[in-house]
Amino acid sequence: MINPVQPQACTILSVTKESRHEWTFRVASDVKPDHGQFMQLSIPMIGEAPISVSAQGDGWLEFTIRSVGKVTNVIFQKQAGDTLFLRGPYGKGWPVEQFRDKHLLVVTGGTGLAPVRSMLNMLAANPDYAKSVHLICGFKNEDGIVFQNELAAWKQKFSVIYTLDDQVKEGWRTGLVTAFIKDIPFESFGDEYAVAVAGPPAMMKFTGLELMKNGVAPEKVWMSFERKMSCAVGKCGHCRIDEVYVCLDGPVFPYTIARDLVD
Amino acid sequence: MGFSLSAAQADAVLHALKNDYRIFAPKRFPSQGRYSDTDIIRYEEIDGFSDIVWETKSDYPAKEVITPIQQTIFYFTEDEYRASKAKEKPILLLARPCDINAQQIQAKIYCENGDYEDLYYKRIRERVKFALMDCNGGDDTCFCVSMEANKTDDYALALKFSPEGLLVQVKDETFTPYFTGMPQADYTPAFVEENSLKVNIPDLDDKAVRLALKMHPMWQEFNRRCISCGACTVACSTCTCFTTRDLIYGDNPEVGERRRVAASCQIAGFDQMAGQREIRSTAGDRMRYKVLHKFHDYKARFGERHMCVGCGRCTHRCPELIAISATVNKVNAAVEEIKAGLAGQ
Repeated sequence: MINPVQPQACTILSVTKESRHEWTFRVASDVKPDHGQFMQLSIPMIGEAPISVSAQGDGWLEFTIRSVGKVTNVIFQKQAGDTLFLRGPYGKGWPVEQFRDKHLLVVTGGTGLAPVRSMLNMLAANPDYAKSVHLICGFKNEDGIVFQNELAAWKQKFSVIYTLDDQVKEGWRTGLVTAFIKDIPFESFGDEYAVAVAGPPAMMKFTGLELMKNGVAPEKVWMSFERKMSCAVGKCGHCRIDEVYVCLDGPVFPYTIARDLVD
Repeated sequence: MGFSLSAAQADAVLHALKNDYRIFAPKRFPSQGRYSDTDIIRYEEIDGFSDIVWETKSDYPAKEVITPIQQTIFYFTEDEYRASKAKEKPILLLARPCDINAQQIQAKIYCENGDYEDLYYKRIRERVKFALMDCNGGDDTCFCVSMEANKTDDYALALKFSPEGLLVQVKDETFTPYFTGMPQADYTPAFVEENSLKVNIPDLDDKAVRLALKMHPMWQEFNRRCISCGACTVACSTCTCFTTRDLIYGDNPEVGERRRVAASCQIAGFDQMAGQREIRSTAGDRMRYKVLHKFHDYKARFGERHMCVGCGRCTHRCPELIAISATVNKVNAAVEEIKAGLAGQ
């Protein structure tokens, strides 16, 4: 019997330092996840952690990881040629079919950019996919900026607002992402738009409220959640909120569900 | 088909059954109880009739046989994970109706939540047949009738114990040969129709009521009383949550095993992600999470029934003497108050 939760050994192809604490690991894999899905990274002796797929290509996947925990700290000692164990992909990603031919707004906070990165790369490579793409990316400060190359590339393809919470940087705004929602020309979108939000819980909560304040319809908004998980297949119980499981029903939820969830 | 066995005859049948089954039943472990010179009664493989504790409810549930407190799920080397193997021999599990009904609930979560049927649950559950233990109503913490968990037809044998011996109904005919030559007698199991304790299930269908209940100050009372020890969830007949722990072998740190270990939403850290603040950081938050899962969220997801069989073991095991029945009554009072408030608006 093939055990679907059995981790498979994968070779690390490269390691990119996005910032001091956030590194991107490119891993050899033929898995083809949907945009916004996640996988379980596993280190024997240490444990497992759910990590979103931050980019993908022919024969490889990327994971952008912050060195904050037991599993991730050990991953940071790994180099190209070393082995990582993977299982997945899991969960429901972004409803990209519903984003086709729409005006799309993407709002991210910090490393919340990772779970939308592969979709943004797809949108950049297929300029006709959406009617327009508006991107609001916020980071705490300059040290927290990730995916610098892509941020520069997306600037050419999308309407972008890049902001730091409380630092001044040339070409960047200063302030929380919520401050810039009002700058999005929702009135010109008519009914043909969608919004994708990813970031820390407080950022997503207040972004949701700000979107509503600007007349955005709740059923046009999606949010990507992050919760502790052990199994990623709906058994271990850690990621349950009310009657939903983030691993099965998410990590991307319609706002109509997300707004009422109480941990 | 039914039989009436003396203690010696029951012992002989059990020994015959042991050739083909591992038999698990509530067993007494002297002086292992919570207070000095008290015993603990928990499930273990039994050797004979005298091992079986039938007069009183076990301290810990039958689920421990099917979802053990810990089990090895993988063995790993530096470049490979390999799934552990299960014991092949079938299991005969002696259990009261509450414990048997609890397995319907565990099966929902392990095998019907998402597309993946949990290998580790299924491979044990498939090998289990139940021997229903007659229950005379349990004790003053039991409320199986309120939870509609007092009856079951999921059993191969039904057993009624007495100091003299055993009455047996053989429902699954594959068991008949083990009783060859034993004195026949009619026996049909009876089920508890009323507990001394009754619990009214709160009506939480209304979303506004539910949201208000989550914010209600009643939960904060648990901050003073509940010590977040998780004893209630370990004793629970239905709780399924687990975490994984890796263990390495002393003489070779590259080789080891990954274990599934019971986890509790009542213990600090259950929801804590690396580098982030705990989401439910108080005993009250954790109690709300557990109680609403048991009496609303599980049923909202799976339908049919609530995630509590009224076995009362959580009440028994709580070192702070928090009764689940009293907690549910508190929820009922809060819901009435909320509904009155909403109606007055």
